[in-house]
Amino acid sequence: MPEILFFTLVAAVAILSSILVVAMRNPINCALSLIMTFFCLATLYVMLDAPFMAAVQVIVYAGAIMVLIVFVIMLLNMRTETSKNYVHGVLVSCIVAVLTLFVISGFLKKSPLTGEPGLMTTDLVDKVGHTELIGRAMFSDFLLPFEITSILLLVAIVGSVILAKRKL
Amino acid sequence: MITLHHYLILSGILFSIGALGVLIRRNAIVIFMCVELMLNAVNLTFIAFSRYLGNIDGQIFVFFVMTVAAAEAAVGLALMIAFYKNRESIDVEDMNIMKL
Repeated sequence: MPEILFFTLVAAVAILSSILVVAMRNPINCALSLIMTFFCLATLYVMLDAPFMAAVQVIVYAGAIMVLIVFVIMLLNMRTETSKNYVHGVLVSCIVAVLTLFVISGFLKKSPLTGEPGLMTTDLVDKVGHTELIGRAMFSDFLLPFEITSILLLVAIVGSVILAKRKL
Repeated sequence: MITLHHYLILSGILFSIGALGVLIRRNAIVIFMCVELMLNAVNLTFIAFSRYLGNIDGQIFVFFVMTVAAAEAAVGLALMIAFYKNRESIDVEDMNIMKL
C-alpha cells in the first residue's frame, strides 16, 4: 500500500512538472521544470530495479544535457515569448495530444502481456548487481552497437564544432 | 501493487504532454526540451517492460537512446546558435528560409 502511494506521488509530480514545461513562458523556468521531471523519472527507475539507469539519468540528462541547454538559453539572452498564441492552433494541438493518449491507452487495453519471462529477477539484481548485469550485456551481446555509438558521438562533435564556428 | 500498466499509462501521459508542447510552443529551445520529454517517456516504457519481462536488453536500449539524445542536444543547440547569429531570434516562425 505505501508503495502505490509513493508511486502516485512521484507520478503526480512528474506530470505536473511536465505540464509546467509546456506552460511556462520563460525558457529558464521550462528547463528547471524539465530537470524536476527527470528526477522523478530517476526515482521511478529505482523502483523498477534499475539503479544504474537512475544514476545515468541524473548524471547525463539532468547534469550534462540540461547544463548545455541552460547555457545556450543564457548565451542567447532571449526575451520572454510574447503571448501571440493562436487560439485555434492551441485547440488543434490539444485535440491531437488527447487523440495520441487515446491511441496509446487503446493499445494498452487490447494487448495482454505475452512473452517468456527472462532471467533478470529482483533477486539476481540484488545478488549480482545491476551495473555488472548491464556491463555484461553491453560488452558481449551489444558490442557492435556500442562501437557504432562511439562513431555517432564523433560525428556529433565534428558537426557541432563546424556549425557553431564563425569561420572555419 | 504497482503493475506494468501504471508505468505504461504514466509514460503515455508524459508522451502526450511532450507532443502537445512540440505543437503549441514557438521557441525552438522549448520545442527541443519537449522532444527530450518524449524521449524520456519512451525510456520509461523500455525500463518498465525490461523489469516485467525480466530481460535486460531494454535497458541497453535506454542507454543508446540517451546517447542519441546527447548527440542531438549538441548538434541542435549548435544549429540554434548559428541561426540566432543571423536572425537575432530562435522563433520557429522566423525559420522560413533554408539559408543559414
